[in-house]
Amino acid sequence: MAIELKVKTMAEYLASGETPEVLFWVGCAGSFDDRAKKITKAIVKILNHVGIKFAVLGTEEACTGDPAKRAGNEFLFQMQAMNNITVLNGYNVKKIVTGCPHCFNTLKNEYPQLGGNYEVIHHTQLVQQLIESGKLKVEGGSFKGKKITFHDPCYLGRGNDVYEAPREVIQKLDIELAEMKRSRSKGFCCGAGGAQMFKEAEKGNKEVNIERTEEALALNPEVIATGCPFCMTMMTDGVKHFNKEQQTKVLDVAELVAQNINE
Amino acid sequence: MGIANIIFILLLGGATAWFTINFKKVIRNIRLGRDADFSDNKSQRWLTMTRVALGQSKMLTRPTPAILHIFVYVGFVLINIEVLEMLVDGALGTHRSLSFMGDFYNFLISFFEVLAFLVTFGCAVFLIRRNVLHIKRFTDKELDGWPRSDANIILTSEILLMSALFLMNAADQVLQSRGYGHYIQAGSFPISHYITPMLSGISDDGLVMIERVCWWFHIIGILGFLNYLPYSKHFHILLAFPNTYFSNLKPKGQFTNPESVTNEVKAMLDTTFTPPPADPNKPMRFGAKDVYDLTWKQLLDAYSCTECGRCTSSCPANQTGKLLSPRKIMMDTRDRLEEVGKNIDTNGEFRDDGKGLGNYISNEELWACTSCSACVQECPVNIDPLSIIIDMRRYLVMEQSAAPQELNLMLTNIENNGAPWQFSPADRLNWAKEN
Ligand code: SF4
Ligand code: SF4
Repeated sequence: MAIELKVKTMAEYLASGETPEVLFWVGCAGSFDDRAKKITKAIVKILNHVGIKFAVLGTEEACTGDPAKRAGNEFLFQMQAMNNITVLNGYNVKKIVTGCPHCFNTLKNEYPQLGGNYEVIHHTQLVQQLIESGKLKVEGGSFKGKKITFHDPCYLGRGNDVYEAPREVIQKLDIELAEMKRSRSKGFCCGAGGAQMFKEAEKGNKEVNIERTEEALALNPEVIATGCPFCMTMMTDGVKHFNKEQQTKVLDVAELVAQNINE
Repeated sequence: MGIANIIFILLLGGATAWFTINFKKVIRNIRLGRDADFSDNKSQRWLTMTRVALGQSKMLTRPTPAILHIFVYVGFVLINIEVLEMLVDGALGTHRSLSFMGDFYNFLISFFEVLAFLVTFGCAVFLIRRNVLHIKRFTDKELDGWPRSDANIILTSEILLMSALFLMNAADQVLQSRGYGHYIQAGSFPISHYITPMLSGISDDGLVMIERVCWWFHIIGILGFLNYLPYSKHFHILLAFPNTYFSNLKPKGQFTNPESVTNEVKAMLDTTFTPPPADPNKPMRFGAKDVYDLTWKQLLDAYSCTECGRCTSSCPANQTGKLLSPRKIMMDTRDRLEEVGKNIDTNGEFRDDGKGLGNYISNEELWACTSCSACVQECPVNIDPLSIIIDMRRYLVMEQSAAPQELNLMLTNIENNGAPWQFSPADRLNWAKEN
């Protein structure tokens, strides 16, 4: 992606006296993880393309507290939450789009009780809405006819019952959507949730991501599509484990779409 | 009134009383939990209960057991109408007291026979599935001992109860055809008439004997069954209803924000904030050390668990060989709750026994959970094992500082850098400038 991204912070908007339509909550992975940063840029590319006025918090953003909460550190979670809510409410934020189902779930479901009430959507939902309303056109392009399988992120799917938005977006690419046996509400975790991302797994006979990638690869897909930076890491590692990087790519739904936007 | 009626009435009274005592104990145990408010969305709650408990909607994801379960469930519920007749007959010394309904009665009896047959069939297949076919969720080691015998006892006694019903009806038919005593022509017997030829050589007295023995066996069996429930996973036939009524209606990804913590955090961030006084009857605790720290709904969950293992068979940790099994979490919670209940029964009040949930559930199990909610999704009676896991993690982390080292590192990073990794907050927007 050689094109230049247009990104403004909330502070810059405030200084110029304007208000953005939506806040893009980038998330820690999206800000710091090299692979996830590409997803972040793909989301920005889409936002730029349709001309949505959006802002990021930039250095004012801090971890939502999701991993702390899932690990059982409710104190740290609520500290993070209350600090973030102060920042968000300070900018009078109304609508948030996230690139991560964990941020999405936390901001949407767990912040209201602590005083943070926002309309929160996941980036796959935003893209789906943009396509529905005709603001964004995506066509087959480079993926036309290819076999793609979608891995449901737990915190988007089971956690919040969002199953169709990512699928509708993928299908707009004229591809063949192959479903794994364990999909939608029966989807199988990538193994990263509940703060597992940050520690060795307990003893077992297999890693969760290996089990999941094996299931995906059994379909021989050209792309395993994800909607979560953690799933991205786990599935990418899984594909590497099976030495299938040549045949199968792991791409976020936003990347699939961004690659088919013609400037 | 004959001696038989008096014995019957005493038996009935005794069985009801015993059940009431045990049922009250269960309610008392459930109330040991913390308060939780489920008084909202009444209509949605009734709907959920109707769909999930009455309509068995969540069973349908696995068709074979679903059909068999429907046989047993519908059969069991409806055959109890026949038990009503038996209660009247037993108390008044009548025989087939509802037969005045004529054709409708004949229809009912034949309908019940078909149901009884389906129940028998269902239970037989269930027994085979459990003991002969190697279905993983029935061979797991957490079922060793009592849980496995419990299931087999239930299934076998249901088959015996139904067999007694058939044999009783068969003997009755032969007696009816002989015009013996008060055995009037009543009922229609699509299943048990296959047994009658085998009984035709038996004397009138012998048949009366068979009919009576089966009658008593059936009714005593049912009373026994009722009293067996509170000791068994079979309690779910009653508790599934309240348990689904009090379902969590919020998104599965949404965890509780414990108020005790909110107050502490607010006090830390805002020195003018004074937290409301704590409930003096409940120990102030972060997370769950023992059953007292769980909510009554989580304890009701424990009593409602049918030990079916659907949660465990969908759990990614369990499926990849880790120690965690959400079913075991529920069974352990119930075992500990029963232990606390017995402690109260013996001592008049709870005497500290130095134990807690941690004596049943190990840290290794707790740390293996990915919080994926698959267990919650799968449970046919809307149990939430994940919430107990998280409450126990909270206790480990906030009261015992016993998180795995790597998690401590992650937590420190969040505290210091606002991100789970060691990056500087100043670099958060770097991605926008990189190409
Ligand atoms: S939430 Fe935890 S216990 Fe439940 S299925 Fe997922 S990993 Fe297993
Ligand atoms: S928690 Fe639910 S799914 Fe798991 S064993 Fe108990 S009843 Fe079955």
